[in-house]
Amino acid sequence: MDREALDRTLTRLAHEILERNKGASNIAIVGIRTRGEYLAKRIARKIEEIENVKLNIGSLDITLYRDDLLGKLEQPQFRGTDILFDVTGKDIILIDDVLYTGRTIRSALDELIDLGRPRSIQLAVLVDRGHRELPIKADYVGKNVSTSIAESIRVHLKEVDDEDEILLMDVEEGS
Amino acid sequence: MPLSNRHLLGLEGMPAEDIQLVLDTAASFREVLDRPIKKVPTLQGKTIVNLFLENSTRTRLSFELAERRLSADVLGFVSSGSSISKGESLKDTARNIEAMKIDMVVMRHHASGAAHYLSTVIESNVINAGDGGHEHPTQALLDLYTIREKFKRIKGLRVCIVGDVLHSRVARSNIHGLLTMGAVVSVCGPATMIPREVERLGVQVFNHIDDVIPRADVLNVLRVQLERDAGRFFPSLREYHNYYGITNKRLEKSPNPVTIMHPGPINRDVELSSDVADSEHSVILQQVLNGVAVRMAVLYLLGTRN
Amino acid sequence: MNVLLKGGRLIDPATGRDEVIDLYIRDERIERLSASISADKGMEVMDLKGKIVAPGFLDMHVHLREPGFEHKETVATGCAAAAAGGFTAVCCMPNTNPAIDDVSVVRFIRDRAATALGGLVDVHPIAAVTIGRKGEHLAPIAELSETGVVAFTDDGDPVQDAEIMRRSLEYAAMFNKPIIQHAQDLPMTKGGAMNEGFMSTTLGLPGMPSAAEDVMISRDILLSEYTGGQYHVAHMSTARAVDLVRDARKRGLRVTCEVTPHHFTLTDEAVRGYDTNTKMNPPLRTRQDVDAMKEGLRDGTIDVIATDHAPHSHDEKQVEFQSAPFGIVGLETAIGLTITGLVQTGVLTLAQVIDKLSTNPRRILHLPAIRIVEGEKANLTIFDASAEWMVDPTKFQSKSKNTPFTSYRLTGKPFAVINHGKVFRT
Repeated sequence: MDREALDRTLTRLAHEILERNKGASNIAIVGIRTRGEYLAKRIARKIEEIENVKLNIGSLDITLYRDDLLGKLEQPQFRGTDILFDVTGKDIILIDDVLYTGRTIRSALDELIDLGRPRSIQLAVLVDRGHRELPIKADYVGKNVSTSIAESIRVHLKEVDDEDEILLMDVEEGS
Repeated sequence: MPLSNRHLLGLEGMPAEDIQLVLDTAASFREVLDRPIKKVPTLQGKTIVNLFLENSTRTRLSFELAERRLSADVLGFVSSGSSISKGESLKDTARNIEAMKIDMVVMRHHASGAAHYLSTVIESNVINAGDGGHEHPTQALLDLYTIREKFKRIKGLRVCIVGDVLHSRVARSNIHGLLTMGAVVSVCGPATMIPREVERLGVQVFNHIDDVIPRADVLNVLRVQLERDAGRFFPSLREYHNYYGITNKRLEKSPNPVTIMHPGPINRDVELSSDVADSEHSVILQQVLNGVAVRMAVLYLLGTRN
Repeated sequence: MNVLLKGGRLIDPATGRDEVIDLYIRDERIERLSASISADKGMEVMDLKGKIVAPGFLDMHVHLREPGFEHKETVATGCAAAAAGGFTAVCCMPNTNPAIDDVSVVRFIRDRAATALGGLVDVHPIAAVTIGRKGEHLAPIAELSETGVVAFTDDGDPVQDAEIMRRSLEYAAMFNKPIIQHAQDLPMTKGGAMNEGFMSTTLGLPGMPSAAEDVMISRDILLSEYTGGQYHVAHMSTARAVDLVRDARKRGLRVTCEVTPHHFTLTDEAVRGYDTNTKMNPPLRTRQDVDAMKEGLRDGTIDVIATDHAPHSHDEKQVEFQSAPFGIVGLETAIGLTITGLVQTGVLTLAQVIDKLSTNPRRILHLPAIRIVEGEKANLTIFDASAEWMVDPTKFQSKSKNTPFTSYRLTGKPFAVINHGKVFRT
């Protein structure tokens, strides 16, 4: 997927979110760090333009809730969670770049629920590549890409990488 | 990038990048302390022993809080010090800890070098919560954090450590940490309580507090040990207070504002007057709060290090 | 015994001899001393090519720990360590339990020594100055002198009280015995674990200032002068102390002193890492002090090298630094450290080393000089001054292995000792 295609997809997701929640009055956008955070900000901006409102936007660092901290070779960098509004009662739109095993989302759910009691949590992902290991489902999907475990999906965003693009690679290449 | 050492025994020789990592991680943990559920599951399943073989309520509670907030299982071993008379018990205690497959040990001990010794006889990670007169690294880290929080930097700040530097592990850890992070460090106290050749560490030595106050951005005021020192190192508490006590009157003599820190517990109206301790110049309460965040950061960085 | 020592280099400071020569020893005596002795049937030949033959070494500061602390060392194991280290005689210190403040203890130790290695190593007891080494009442100095005690000290502790020191110097002088002082002002060093200085500041350990040793030596020299008594400084460690003794000698006073090999080898930097095998009393001092020790040895101010061999069991030393007992073993590394640290560096010649390890201690203790001439009893130390070896405490004869020199590469190794008709090979 290239830059224009990515942008159109985000616009579509923004509309779908508004449609299902019947407007933006009770939603809050939370992006999962790191790339989910930038996608969240872009989607939030689109929603704000469409509806002419100001949204609550937050970033979630799931490092402390990971189930694989001890097995990792490289200690993940912990940036911290930044949610300055109360999640209780809100419809939280959780946003991440790639949905794969579902474990990241499981951690995010645990953390969000430790922060309060949202009315609902809905999941929006840019790419769903299958191979779930937990019963997790995305409510809004940018693109379904069937992959094998030997492949990997790379999402590059202008904010951190040089380009906006989504790449499908073999695992050895990009490791 | 993990910390370079799998133990935290002291700040002497700890690289600036490691200190930076702890402070940055602590900043992220501050947010957890403001949540309604102040708990994260990060160290779930890890067992931590708090081996406090020397009296300390506040440091022990601070560590316990940090450990519980990270969902670790906590065991406390507290001794007033007199029943464990000789070091042989430390070795046996260490062996028992190992046999029980403890992940981390946080130890406070009255003998300098005790934490270092423990790290050579057990496999678990060791965090030094104060060993004799040698080091108290987490205290210095939270002091550094507090300074950075207030001033947005450490480099170039003029920090003076005031009081019984000779016996103080807080002073030594702070000296190492502050110098590594680029602060300008001095010590001030009676000549009897300044350790020999301390200038060789890179600090300036003052004996008169009024010389220091106009030249400092931060005063880190140490506790005077009532029982041990009066009579031998200085004549009386009265003389100490009159000559070295930080009071508002003293602070007013200088045009620039001075931030006051203290590791606690304060001997009110000995080294610090009540009005200064409670004034807006004091960051003593922030130090306490920051202590939990800093300790969480240290526990997290060592506990998840591979 | 019927031994031919062939081709060894005899260095005998007493006669000024330094030559390759053969010695034939029969039973306890030197039967013949000649350039080339041919081996007869029945003679055991020891090839000493490349080795040095010297008058037997005496270590005048050794803790044999018996009676009372046999888990650290016994007279038997201590004598074995001495022989392995190249010593034919030691003086044992009185901080045993009970202290050597009574003739019964002296006799006990001498009996033990007679059966150790068949009596090869002479043990000359040093008795306490005060009863129980408490520093209050004089010990029975006259009676002890008659049983072969060679000197008096409260070592482990100083004689803190100046009055007691004065009286002991006066009294012991009557029997021509020296008072040996462990110089340490106790109030100044309360709780101390290492030298007071930059290292103690960095390590956060309570320090023992060098001044605490110096004030006592200074005081005692004045008392020696006042009383005319014979005074010997045990294990001297500070530069200032060397100056004080040098000055006392210039003024003709009866003041002598000794230094341990660790005090001319290691500085307080060695304490970094809190290895309890770097904890001893007096503590390791600074580079300036170590240099002053070497200079003092060189110019003759320091008369004796003595090890202060202080064995402690593994468990006792395996504790945190502040709680550990003071002391390290030294008998089996003495020659190596001396050759490596003093001869190889040009501070002392081999003849001077032999003076420090044999001639001088015997003179100070009023023991007869060893004469290496035909007809005299053979009392010899044989060592290889160029042999390189690595220190391995598991091979020590001593019961205890508390040394900071593990894995050190040293030059100079004891080879054998001969005394009372017996040989011990290291």
